[in-house]
Amino acid sequence: MKFAVVVFPGSNCDKDLLWAVKDLMGAEASFVSHTTTDLSAFDGVLLPGGFSYGDYLRCGAIARFSNVMKEVTRFAEEGKPVFGTCNGFQILTEAGLLPGTLLRNESLNFICKKVALKVVNANTNFTSEYSQDEIIHLPIAHGEGNYYCDEETLAQLKANQQIVFEYKENINGSVANIAGITNEKGNVLGMMPHPERAMESLLGSEDGRLFFASMIKNFGKVTN
Amino acid sequence: MYFVKVFVTYKPSVLDPQGEAVKGAIHQLGYESIQDVRIGKYFELKVQSSQEPVETVVEALCDQLLANVNMETYRYEIIEMEEEA
Repeated sequence: MKFAVVVFPGSNCDKDLLWAVKDLMGAEASFVSHTTTDLSAFDGVLLPGGFSYGDYLRCGAIARFSNVMKEVTRFAEEGKPVFGTCNGFQILTEAGLLPGTLLRNESLNFICKKVALKVVNANTNFTSEYSQDEIIHLPIAHGEGNYYCDEETLAQLKANQQIVFEYKENINGSVANIAGITNEKGNVLGMMPHPERAMESLLGSEDGRLFFASMIKNFGKVTN
Repeated sequence: MYFVKVFVTYKPSVLDPQGEAVKGAIHQLGYESIQDVRIGKYFELKVQSSQEPVETVVEALCDQLLANVNMETYRYEIIEMEEEA
């Protein structure tokens, strides 16, 4: 399985993602530029955290119009895996690949800490290596991670089991404690926490490993 | 040529934490009469006359880029200008 790590102007977690999947998980992976128009050589796309286009206008709003996003949309429509963390999640909502949007944290504080999450749905191709309702610890680092959607959308998310991760304590004001969701088909996942920063116990947690292990195991089979 | 002012704000149902913080500061200044503060974005556009009505262009732009209609609403004012020489 070969991953593309998309680099936007302002991405700053791209190297962490590449290091996580390539150096630690042993998958093939390489950087691709936001100007790329062809992702056919890849089996999975990873959108990193950071501040694409300086977060001007709204987080992710301008990145959504970069060349690569047309191709990411096509890629997603083919049922191939797309994962966005933090700013990557914001880009996926702005692009309409995931429902809802991310607002400024209710406290207005930029929050940078390790948080406890519940794996609400371990029956996805991104989370199958976790146990259902397992509590894991991943770091967050965001100012605009307050997930918002209207009641109708929330009802759909619940009915389709698209809510994958919930904060144990609601740290940023998110609707229904939502930390991560998938699209209806289950091949696009966005989350505010950073699994790629929780890969070694030396750095505080290695709970992110099973996330990438799930992706490689499940999607690797589908596409290889 | 048109001069267009676009105002984008959160929908009334969406909490505006920046507005709440500024309201707190206003109250600290003693202006208790200020009941509510909402913070939004303001855009100034110069739009050349074309076959498409200017309202259509501005609304398309707001829906696609200037506002995220999941959480924001927008309104705009259109002022007709004399063509620049």
